[in-house]
Amino acid sequence: MNNSSSETTVMPDDQGTSLWQDAWIKLSKNRLALFGLAVLVTLILVSLLTPLIAPYGYEEQNLDMGATAPSLQHWLGTDIFGRDMLTRIMYGGRVSLMVGFIATAVALVIGILWGATAGFFGGRLDAVMMRIVDVLYALPFMIFIILLMVVFGRNILLLFLAIGAVEWLTMARIVRSQVMSLRNQEFVEAAHSLGLSQWTIIRRHIIPNTLGPVIVYTTLTIPSVMLLEAFLSFLGLGIQPPESSWGLLINYGVETMEEFPWLLIFPGIALSLTLFALNFLGDGLRDALDPRTSKD
Amino acid sequence: MYRFALGRLLQAIPVLLVVITVTFFLVHSAPGGPFSADKAVPPEVIKALEEQYNLNQPVWQQYIGYLGDVLRGDFGPSFKYSGRTVNELIGAGLPITAELALYAMLVALGVGITAGVGAAMRPNTLQDYLPMTGAMIGICMPSFLLGPLLVLIFGIHLDWLPVSGWGDIPGDKILPSITLGTGYAAYIARLSRGGMLEVLSQDYIRTARAKGLSERLIIVKHALRGGLIPVVAFLGPAFAGLLAGSFVVETIFQIPGMGRFYVQAAFNRDYTLILGMTIFLSTLIIVFNLLSDMLAIWLNPKLRHELEGAKS
Repeated sequence: MNNSSSETTVMPDDQGTSLWQDAWIKLSKNRLALFGLAVLVTLILVSLLTPLIAPYGYEEQNLDMGATAPSLQHWLGTDIFGRDMLTRIMYGGRVSLMVGFIATAVALVIGILWGATAGFFGGRLDAVMMRIVDVLYALPFMIFIILLMVVFGRNILLLFLAIGAVEWLTMARIVRSQVMSLRNQEFVEAAHSLGLSQWTIIRRHIIPNTLGPVIVYTTLTIPSVMLLEAFLSFLGLGIQPPESSWGLLINYGVETMEEFPWLLIFPGIALSLTLFALNFLGDGLRDALDPRTSKD
Repeated sequence: MYRFALGRLLQAIPVLLVVITVTFFLVHSAPGGPFSADKAVPPEVIKALEEQYNLNQPVWQQYIGYLGDVLRGDFGPSFKYSGRTVNELIGAGLPITAELALYAMLVALGVGITAGVGAAMRPNTLQDYLPMTGAMIGICMPSFLLGPLLVLIFGIHLDWLPVSGWGDIPGDKILPSITLGTGYAAYIARLSRGGMLEVLSQDYIRTARAKGLSERLIIVKHALRGGLIPVVAFLGPAFAGLLAGSFVVETIFQIPGMGRFYVQAAFNRDYTLILGMTIFLSTLIIVFNLLSDMLAIWLNPKLRHELEGAKS
């Protein structure tokens, strides 16, 4: 990592905010990233408020009506049980987002602890810890998650843990390499020679500088986790009814897509749009937080 | 280089052992035996069946026995498909899945590299933005959504292509291959664009330009080899992804390949089949990761020299 040589010239005065202000200015110029941010904020708000703002109840069905095309009463139509699709997609989105955030949080905690420990102490401990990561990396995890779901039943908690357990590996590598390269930087040495305490150095210099890549990777992990959940739910190995998620709704939509294509298309749009938004936000954050791009 | 390859190969052995061990004990700790669904079976029959499959032995003894069988390449009989061995089922599904994966890879490489290299040749123009937006859409359009949509459009509404099967009707291989390949085409487009942009800014490309070589010659003879290294390194992970993707694509298009067997084995609790297939697929993935790493190093003289320097 050679990205800190320019960094030291950018922020010699250790005003922790300047990096973030700089990043925000860059991000706010990136229209696609702002669009992604807006979609994400909207989704989070809608998910939190779903029980209040959903047009119909989650369990509410109308068997006589059956599947109907989008109309004024049901903006996104109804499914074969006469359930309002907008409501179903809103509740499904809650589950999909929750899986995305919680599994990513699991990965984040394990990855940061593992990577920071290995990077900070170095030496033999580092070698052993990273060799474990290497071995785990070689395992085909998709297959293992399916195996886990088969063996222990399709439990939503297990799904969080299983996905989180897969995604922490890259995070651990990123954090480790950041911590290692920062430990020996001139500005950290300078801080030492100025007499700052170890804790102050970690808090004011190490953590803010690892945060950038961690935030970027987190933003990109959330969509990949959501995709994994949808993949498993589509195969019938993830979220189980009566719970619902976008992957499961797509699965149902496929069964009846010939007669009622909107049952496939709307949950599909919801999932794709979310993945789109999160990926653009992640790309934008990478550009904004990478000090190497500040020269331009 | 060879020593590095040998080292990596030796490293794969403990990984495989971990795979076999973890899979074996996971599957054996599963609640509900493989025969518990058949309620009408009298206990004597269950006992006889358990004896036939060695389920009456202690677990560690079964493990040792299984490990020995696997080393000899024998995955034992399937629980659900009576009279057929796991080897036979893998043998039946593998050619189909391999063919599907091959076509998907061709789609991915062909479309991806063309789009990525084209974009890198004229960055920040329409020739860059259009394919890159398309790539983003491809990444955000998972196979389980793209497949049904393609079926809906080309299979049902336009009625151009068959929507299921593999090798039964001419043209039935097109939609599954596109469905499986598109996502990877998108990744490869992004990777090759990034790689090419980096290479095209190097001095030796400037030298080639100064010599007066045509742009086409510069790209083909000088830039591609270096610019596509990220793509080559991605081939291993992409292969693992293609196998996982085949689970979905084979289910959607009703293709009797390994992916469909695997998903069905998962639902049927066919222990020996899922055990055997997990080990087999894992081995394949590990081998392909190894190969793509080797290839990427061989293509990159810088890395090659580092390795050879480290050796002495």
